[in-house]
Amino acid sequence: MARSDVQLMLDVKAGDEQSFELLLQRYRTPLVNFLYRMVRAREEAEDLAQEVFLRVYRARKDYVPSAKFTTWLFRIATNLALNSVRDNRHQRMEVSLDAPVTIDAEDGDEKALDIAEKHPNIEQYLVEEARKKMIRHAIDKLPEKQRAAVLLHKYQELDYGDIAKILECSESALKSLLFRAYETLRVELAPLVARQGK
Amino acid sequence: MENKFLAYLDGRLKESERLDVEKHLAGCAACQLRVNEFRAVAGLLDELPQIEPSAAFDVRVRARVAAEPVKQGWWAWLTPSPRVAFAASLLLLATVWVASRPSELPLTPADVAQIDQELPALENFDVLAEFGALTDLPQPVQPDDAGDANPDQDQNQNQKQDQDSNQTM
Repeated sequence: MARSDVQLMLDVKAGDEQSFELLLQRYRTPLVNFLYRMVRAREEAEDLAQEVFLRVYRARKDYVPSAKFTTWLFRIATNLALNSVRDNRHQRMEVSLDAPVTIDAEDGDEKALDIAEKHPNIEQYLVEEARKKMIRHAIDKLPEKQRAAVLLHKYQELDYGDIAKILECSESALKSLLFRAYETLRVELAPLVARQGK
Repeated sequence: MENKFLAYLDGRLKESERLDVEKHLAGCAACQLRVNEFRAVAGLLDELPQIEPSAAFDVRVRARVAAEPVKQGWWAWLTPSPRVAFAASLLLLATVWVASRPSELPLTPADVAQIDQELPALENFDVLAEFGALTDLPQPVQPDDAGDANPDQDQNQNQKQDQDSNQTM
């Protein structure tokens, strides 16, 4: 039977390095994805995720299982991501939907010529990519805290109480935050939402 | 009511709250539309693919963790190194040995007799130590105005000057 996160962390605290490796394997992908969607730069997301794991490791001796491990983990990640976004805000360029024909695939830039080779039905592929780009753009346009709330709610499927703890707000404030975020997304994605509804 | 729409879609409402929302939606087309649109937004968010961390990610995390200094507790300073422990032990033994020695040896009759014999000299020790006669001596006379003070030296000096002048001529 798989050990719980808390048990693994307690084992790390007791000096079991292998348990840390298990936590790393369990949360590397969700953490990198969350951070990637927060900061929109893969390399930076991986750097931040490394920092999260390092902070967890450094804090192992003082770890007390007073809350869910995921709440603690994503709280560290969210704080790092919010700081990074705020620090880099002035450097960030708006993602333009009219950008030239390099496709900003989730896993990096893909040249147009490569796309033609990889995807026989290029037209359908480009439509799908434009659709994803629109969704990503809508998420990017959300204020940082709303964006974090949506990502934690939608992709990490955390409870409202846990997300509220991560974002250091009340549960009712979180519900309002999420409602406003989904309202914004609904408006931004109106063309897709209308098609989705049909 | 609107704040409950997401929780309703997530299936996180209590039974009574869920029934309230459904009752409201049944009579409100605008809210029904809103809920459907929120559901569509959630579906769109599902379309974004996940990325996989790069192959170097785990390696970097492990390297950074391995580079972490070994964390010691606050009590670590109490654990001395072997060298310090050895030196402290030696110091302790030396202290105990010195402390265990008798502070003064008892005087033998011969010692007492010798002290009695040396007592006059010891009694004068303070006088000798603070003897100020030398400091009370007058200052030595300077050569310029030494005519009256030291006629012999003056005469010898005159004789020497005569000899020097004869040699020059």
